[in-house]
Amino acid sequence: MSGTKDDKAIPITVEFSGGLEMLFSNQRKHQLSIPTKDEAGSPSNIAYLVKYLCENVLKDPRKDLFILDGSVRPGILVLVNDADWELEGEDKYEIQRNDNILFVSTLHGG
Amino acid sequence: MPPTPCAICRTNRALILRPKDHSKLCKECFINVFETEIHHTVTTNNLFNRGEKIAIGASGGKDSTVLASVLKTLNERYDYGVELILLSIDEGIKGYRDDSLETVKRNAKQYDMPLTILGYDELYGWTMDQVVEQVGKKGNCTYCGVFRRQALDRGAVRLGVKHVVTGHNADDVAETVLMNLLRGDLPRLSRTTSIVTSTPSASNDPNSHTNIKRSKPLKYAYEKEIVLYAHHKNLDYFSTECIYSPEAFRGSARALIKNLERVRPSAILDVVRSGEDMAKLVPGADESCGGACSSQVPAAEEEEGGCGSSNGRNAGGKMASMEAHLAQNEVAAENGLEIEITMNGVNGQRHNRQDGGTASVVNGKKGRAKGQAFTPRKAPKQQVMGQCKRCGYLSSQEICKACVLLESLNKNRPKNHIEVSSHMQEETNGEVHNVTRG
Ligand SMILES: [Zn+2]
Ligand SMILES: [Zn+2]
Repeated sequence: MSGTKDDKAIPITVEFSGGLEMLFSNQRKHQLSIPTKDEAGSPSNIAYLVKYLCENVLKDPRKDLFILDGSVRPGILVLVNDADWELEGEDKYEIQRNDNILFVSTLHGG
Repeated sequence: MPPTPCAICRTNRALILRPKDHSKLCKECFINVFETEIHHTVTTNNLFNRGEKIAIGASGGKDSTVLASVLKTLNERYDYGVELILLSIDEGIKGYRDDSLETVKRNAKQYDMPLTILGYDELYGWTMDQVVEQVGKKGNCTYCGVFRRQALDRGAVRLGVKHVVTGHNADDVAETVLMNLLRGDLPRLSRTTSIVTSTPSASNDPNSHTNIKRSKPLKYAYEKEIVLYAHHKNLDYFSTECIYSPEAFRGSARALIKNLERVRPSAILDVVRSGEDMAKLVPGADESCGGACSSQVPAAEEEEGGCGSSNGRNAGGKMASMEAHLAQNEVAAENGLEIEITMNGVNGQRHNRQDGGTASVVNGKKGRAKGQAFTPRKAPKQQVMGQCKRCGYLSSQEICKACVLLESLNKNRPKNHIEVSSHMQEETNGEVHNVTRG
């Protein structure tokens, strides 16, 4: 990642709730710019975003509370612009400019 | 992907994929369907009586917040004519409850419901922080769960309320079903799957806290939908994990439920229904009331583990209290039925009523049980309901679990008392517990 950041990056909002914010510096809303393409040159999708979050944003050592076997842990809901990601192609969904991606845990105390 | 239209109104964009039937709904239709289903649960099970005062066990978490919001909505929409109040328990874990109690206080204003907060210290003379200081972090969830179970009932009595509703959801019930199957505890299976568990009065005292009715209006609601409902209705809830049981989910029955849901979302309700079916076949279970009225397992001893939430969702807590139950059952088992006999009864019929898949999980465990795994374990013996000699709480034992735990806690306290009474006079203002140990 170098040079002209603007056309090489997609601005998005990533939110964590339901207890997940605790893993992400206790911050619910994160404004991020993620690369437009993944390492293989394919458009960045949610699978890539999750990996990106783990490498760049998730500082808590308990990464397994967020990902399990390389994908979002069962019990964590993913909403893409308020829609269940299962309606949007799950982790294959290609991220668009200004998307809002919400990860909400159902696992924490009720 | 082009936006999918809502399956009901066919106009708005679908945002929700329902786990139970894969239908795709817009926000408004989802909210409406979710509420209508809870209404259906309430009416078909006759959960409420007009004029009844009902306490909602409120933790500020998603389940009880959604429960309060939905019940308020339904009470107004369908004119149930019930009086709803909020009852919160403060376990006394510094920093842990502060935020959730603040949430409950906001909820009380938002839903215009009176709120009572009751502390473990008030009820038992011990905060959870003090318990942990005494027993360490291991196993403290057992205390928390046992104390909590009675706390809501005791609180209800103080408020003159005979009915407590809790936010237990389908995932909670499915988890309990699996846990009870794993340990072969069928009598308890019948109790934990029933939507109403009233504790028949063991005393003639009208103020006794043993005849409180408990119900779970969200019993058939998926946890996923509860979270989505809270999200789309913008409800104000608080989530945290109990600081005394980190990473409690690893390898738990809860994790299993969530994995099943990922593979086959309807599995959760299938497990719940299977649990109900099996419960009906448990000898001694009273079918007419779903096992609620005269089950041999007193509600006082019902497993409702869990630190933190009023739901006791915490798997670590459940595991811990499960161990405690197991040990106790073992002792009480001398005259018990062979679980194998019971299991055969269950195996004999009924099970394929639904669409099979349920099934695979449950059948797996069952098959094993039939073979050998459960044979050595005996079912808990027919328990005789009585009152705890210490506190009067309904219990199958002479001394109820809370009192047993309290006794062991208090045993380790005399040292402090002696110090206080002899040469530490100047400290007597502080809490006895805080006096430095010798
Ligand atoms: Zn619609
Ligand atoms: Zn007692």
